[in-house]
Amino acid sequence: MANVLAFAEQRDGQLGSAAREAVSVAARLAEGSGGVAHALVLGGRGASAAASGLGAYGAATITVGEHDALSDYNPETWVGLVVDQVRSGDYAAVVFAATTLGKDLAPRVAALLDVPLASDVTGVEMSDGTVSVTRPVFSGKAFANLEIDASPALVSIRPNVFQAAERAAAGEVSTFTPEVDVASLRVRVVERKGASEGTVDVAEASVIVSGGRGMKDPEHWGLLEGLRDALGSDAALGASRAVVDAGWRPHGEQVGQTGKTVAPKLYIAVGISGAVQHLAGMRTAKTIVAINRDADAPIFGVADYGIVGDLFEVVPRLTEEIGALKSAD
Amino acid sequence: MNVIVCIKRVPDTEARIRVDGSGSAIDKTGIKYDMSPYDAFAVEAALRLKETTGEGDVMLLTLGDSSSQETLRKGLAMGADRAVLLTGEVSLDGLATAKTLAAELEGTDADLFLFGIKAADDDQQQVGPMVAALTGRPCVSGVSSFEVAGGTATCHREVEGGSEVVEVDLPAVLCMTKGPNEPRLAALKGIMAAKKKPLEEKPAAENAARVRLTGLSEPPARAAGRIVGEGADAVPELVRLLREEANAV
Repeated sequence: MANVLAFAEQRDGQLGSAAREAVSVAARLAEGSGGVAHALVLGGRGASAAASGLGAYGAATITVGEHDALSDYNPETWVGLVVDQVRSGDYAAVVFAATTLGKDLAPRVAALLDVPLASDVTGVEMSDGTVSVTRPVFSGKAFANLEIDASPALVSIRPNVFQAAERAAAGEVSTFTPEVDVASLRVRVVERKGASEGTVDVAEASVIVSGGRGMKDPEHWGLLEGLRDALGSDAALGASRAVVDAGWRPHGEQVGQTGKTVAPKLYIAVGISGAVQHLAGMRTAKTIVAINRDADAPIFGVADYGIVGDLFEVVPRLTEEIGALKSAD
Repeated sequence: MNVIVCIKRVPDTEARIRVDGSGSAIDKTGIKYDMSPYDAFAVEAALRLKETTGEGDVMLLTLGDSSSQETLRKGLAMGADRAVLLTGEVSLDGLATAKTLAAELEGTDADLFLFGIKAADDDQQQVGPMVAALTGRPCVSGVSSFEVAGGTATCHREVEGGSEVVEVDLPAVLCMTKGPNEPRLAALKGIMAAKKKPLEEKPAAENAARVRLTGLSEPPARAAGRIVGEGADAVPELVRLLREEANAV
């Protein structure tokens, strides 16, 4: 019988898909071995309010560490609390979401517990207490199957790959207030700038409209913003390396080997030729659309649907048609 | 202000990756190797810091086999002062790698250990923060740029939904991502000078890997797509297909 711990990330007091996915995976692994899933949440005062919702995704218990100093992520305070929680139970595995936070937190926890970590996995199973994973390597040009020879086995799961599944469990919340010595923090966040209201990060978006050098000028990006808006609130802008290097778009939008790897439901590549490094970052999207005036552009080799033509005519028409479709819904 | 940059030799990002006959390794034929791209950003940041402060030593450290000498020489040609190659196996267990590097780094007095945020072969994104935890240093990851003043590094980093400015007390570990300064190309003068810079090769402390590769596979091929049409007139058909066939809108 093996229990599994899920680290459930809260951001601004909300428990989002990253938390639900981690709990769901932990619950599935635990169920398969006759154990239960526990969840750990760290946050500011009131974090426990959102936490009870995790019972619906399979958490038997949810431990919430609440303290003003924990409202925002700081490895100096969070890491020790996670390590303590892992040590307090007899866990066969610990599941993190491989978000920016998770990818920073999990390695440190692994090192202090002296157990390995499989990062950013796209598949995970546990059998007889042994955890095996599948994870992309070479930016997704290949997949590695790995077995972890240690307990607990730490894994971080790639966002948007594992569906959060409803699985009713007790969801008992218990709250504790940790001691935090704010004065001794060696790392301090001094400024935080949110992205514009209501935008979703490209790595978490279910629809991405991505622009490349074919857009010719940063001033034309309004065209892509219009298409993104027509596609809905869970759509985000992406960009090729060329336009980020040229300073037209921020690095946070870059999709590709030295940018983000994304797996949205729909990826629309506009004026992007499809360099190997770009494809590596988006080729697991469920549906890929390419719009390019060059019929030989490599992007058409990976796209499900393509339009060869002038993007300055095609994109506005696409925005119009999508808008009409959505308002008829 | 002494800095040690940990780097890794990886297949060039242009490389087409094929799995070999054994099913547990990549086919190395024709693959070119290079310094992992994010590591190059870390080297660049170290060199700029040295130029700004006008003093200090930039050392490169890597775990690998003797082929990594070439990668270290490239870093020396860019402007680093010396290099150390720990010869040993690199596995998919990032903690084993981190322990080996940490053992070497422990005795040093460098104010900063810099890493690329992740290696372009295994994409694990863990060795830097693990080394920080093992050496008891504070660490900031995903740093695109930083400035140092008065024993503190002020770091700029991107997060989901925005950006942050984070201060960290030195000595520290920073894990670099792509920043505003493209890694410099080594000029001929640098390449010549690199041949005379110290490059020490010594056996790595052994740390058993506890992550075992059981197989390597290529991604499932996508079904062939199709060109729907030309120009704006093809849009209505595209939208119909996206809705009815792909269920994507």
